[in-house]
Amino acid sequence: MTSTVNHGAQYRSTKVRRQRVKAAWLFLAPMLVVLTLVAGWPLVRTFYFSFTDASLSDLSNIFFIGLENYLVRDDGQWYGVLADPVWWRSVWNTFFFAIVSVSLEVVFGVIVALILNAEFKGRTLVRAAVLIPWAIPTIVSAQMWAWMLNDQFGIINELLMTLGIIADPIAWTADASYSMWAVIMVDVWKTTPFVALLALAAMQMLPKDCYEAAEVDGIHPVRVFFRVTLPLITPALMVAVIFRLLDALRVFDVIYVLTSNSTSTMSMSIYARQQLVEFQDVGYGSAASTLLFLIIALATIAYLYLGRKQLNLGGDA
Amino acid sequence: MASVKLDRVNKVFDSTHIIKDVDLDIGDGEFVVFVGPSGCGKSTLLRLIAGLESISDGELSIGETVVNELPPRERGVGMVFQSYALYPHMTVYENMAFGLKLAKKARETIHERVMATARILQLEELLDRKPKALSGGQRQRVAMGRAMAREPRILLFDEPLSNLDASLRVQMRNEIARLHNRLGSTMIYVTHDQVEAMTLADKIVVLNGGRVEQVGSPHELYQRPATKFVAGFIGSPTMNFLLASLAGHPEAGCRVSVEGVGDLALPQQAGEHAAGTALSLGVRPEHLRLAEASGDNAFEIVNVEYLGNEVYVYLDARDGGPLLIHRSEAPSRWQEGQRVALSPDPQHVHLFDGEGRALPAATARAAA
Repeated sequence: MTSTVNHGAQYRSTKVRRQRVKAAWLFLAPMLVVLTLVAGWPLVRTFYFSFTDASLSDLSNIFFIGLENYLVRDDGQWYGVLADPVWWRSVWNTFFFAIVSVSLEVVFGVIVALILNAEFKGRTLVRAAVLIPWAIPTIVSAQMWAWMLNDQFGIINELLMTLGIIADPIAWTADASYSMWAVIMVDVWKTTPFVALLALAAMQMLPKDCYEAAEVDGIHPVRVFFRVTLPLITPALMVAVIFRLLDALRVFDVIYVLTSNSTSTMSMSIYARQQLVEFQDVGYGSAASTLLFLIIALATIAYLYLGRKQLNLGGDA
Repeated sequence: MASVKLDRVNKVFDSTHIIKDVDLDIGDGEFVVFVGPSGCGKSTLLRLIAGLESISDGELSIGETVVNELPPRERGVGMVFQSYALYPHMTVYENMAFGLKLAKKARETIHERVMATARILQLEELLDRKPKALSGGQRQRVAMGRAMAREPRILLFDEPLSNLDASLRVQMRNEIARLHNRLGSTMIYVTHDQVEAMTLADKIVVLNGGRVEQVGSPHELYQRPATKFVAGFIGSPTMNFLLASLAGHPEAGCRVSVEGVGDLALPQQAGEHAAGTALSLGVRPEHLRLAEASGDNAFEIVNVEYLGNEVYVYLDARDGGPLLIHRSEAPSRWQEGQRVALSPDPQHVHLFDGEGRALPAATARAAA
C-alpha cells in the first residue's frame, strides 16, 4: 500500500517538475533571443571576420586567411596583432589604467562612503551632489576635462601656476609622461561615486550595535574600521570592483576624447577601433577585438575564482 | 567592582525630556534592575551610565570619579546588548578577545582570560564557531562573555533576554543570577519584564515617564508600593483597582466606602484628606475573596482560566475599567456567568489618593 502511495506522489512530482521547467524556459526565451541577436550574433561575426581579409571598403569580397591576422611569419618577419608592439603596448596601457584607476576608486569610494555615512546637516544634499560626476555622460565629462586640462587655456594650468606649483604650463593630455595619469584622474573623478554608492549601501546595512559594543570596549575607531567595517563591506566592494574592472578593461571613451589615438594612452579598444575604422582593416581589427574579448573573459574568470576563494576563507564556517 | 551614584541626572534629546532629575545610589556588588514600560527611559538611563549618551544635566559618578565627560572605555563598564551585537565575521574566541587584544594585553593573558570566561559560561565547545552558527541562548552567553572578559567594574545589561523564547529566558535568567553570585560584580540590568526584575534584583528601580517611581527590594515593592503605578506594574496578574471614597477617620485607620463592595475599615492613615475624597483601592488577586451573591452589589464572572495549579477568575468591573482578577488554588468552584460579591482582605489592601500616592498603613508606620 505504501508503495502505491509513493508511486502516486512520485508521478505527481515529476509532472509538476516538468511543468515548472517548461515555464522557466518560457520566461527565459525572450532574453535568450534578444541576447543572441544583440550580443551573440555580433560576437560570432567578429570571430568570423578575424579569420578573413575583410576590409571596410568592400565587405562583399572576403577571403578566409586562417590565423594570419593574429600571427604569421612572412619573409623571416612576424606579422599580425600578436606581433605588433603597439598592440602589446595597448594591452599594458589597459591593464595599468584598469588596476590603478579601480584601486584609487575603491580607496576614494570607501572614504567618500564613510563621510556620507556620518550624520551631518545637509547630508542628503551632499549625497546627491556626489553622484553628479557619475550621472554626466562620459563623453561630456571627458570633453569638459579636456578643456580644463588644455595646455594653453585650461584652468588647471592657470590654477597651478597662480599657486606657484608649476612654472610653465603642462600639456597634460599631449605629454606622454602625464597623459596616462590625466586619463586615470578623470576616470577616478567620474566613477568614484559609483563605488561610494555601493560601499555606502553596504555600510548602512551594518549592525549599529556592533559599533556601540566596540565603543564600550574602548576599541580605537581606526581599528574598528579595519577589523569590523572593512571585512563586513568586502563582499559589496568585490561586486563594485568586478563592475569597474570590466568597464575599465574595455575603456574607450575617456581616453579617446582626451588623447585620441596617442600610443602612450592607447587601450585595447582604441587599438581595435583604429585598425577597423581608420585603417579600414576589418579582419585585423576583428582579430584585435577577439583578443580583447578573450583577455577580459580570462581576467573576469580569474577575479571571480580568486574572489570566491577569498570569500570562502573569510566567510562563514 | 564599583558603586554608581546618580545626582539629579537629566537627559534631553532635542526638545524631548527623557530623564528627569534621577537620583540613585547603586552599591558595590549590587544587582540593580531598571524596570518600566517601554519609553520610560530605562534604556536611556543605562546608556547614560555606559557613556553611549551624554548627560544633559546632573552628575554621574562611578566609584569616586565623576564620569560625565569620560568616554565609555575610561568608565570601566562592560555592556550586553539586546541584539547581542556580536561581530558577525569573527569566531566566538575572536569576539571575546577583540576588546582585550586592542587594550594591548599580552597574548597569554588574553588567552587565559578568554578561556576562563568561556569556562564560566560553558562556551569552550563553541570557541571556533561564528555567531551565525549559534543558537539564541549561545549568542547571549557569548555577548555576556565578551563583556565579562574585560573584567569591567560594572556590567550593564540592556534587555538581554527579550530575544529569547520563554523557556530559554527562564534558564538564562537563572544563569545570570548565578553569575552574579559567583562574580559578585556590580550589575545593572534593564528590562520591561517585571518577573525578571523580581527574580534577579537586589534592588529594583521602577521608572515611569523618565522619573523614578520607587526604589526598593522586590519584597518592598510588592508589599508596600509607593504609588499606584508601581502597584499596577509589579505582580502578575496585576493588582485590581476599585473606586472608593473616604468615609471617615476613626482611631488608627480610616473608613472607606468602596463601589460595589461597601464600607471597609482599613489600617491606612488618611491624614489631611477630607471625608468624601476620591480614592483608589488596590487589592492583589490573591487577596480578593468571593462569595455567592445576587442583586446590586454582585459582579459577574466573565471568564475562568484554569492553569493547573491555580485558577484565575475574571470579573466584569462595573465602572467600565479593566477586568478584575481573582486568584485561588485549583480546583475552583466558580464558573462563568455566576454572580458574586467581593470582599477584599483589609490587612492586604492598598489605598491611593488622586495623584496615585499610597496612603501609609498604620502597621507599616509602626514597623518603621
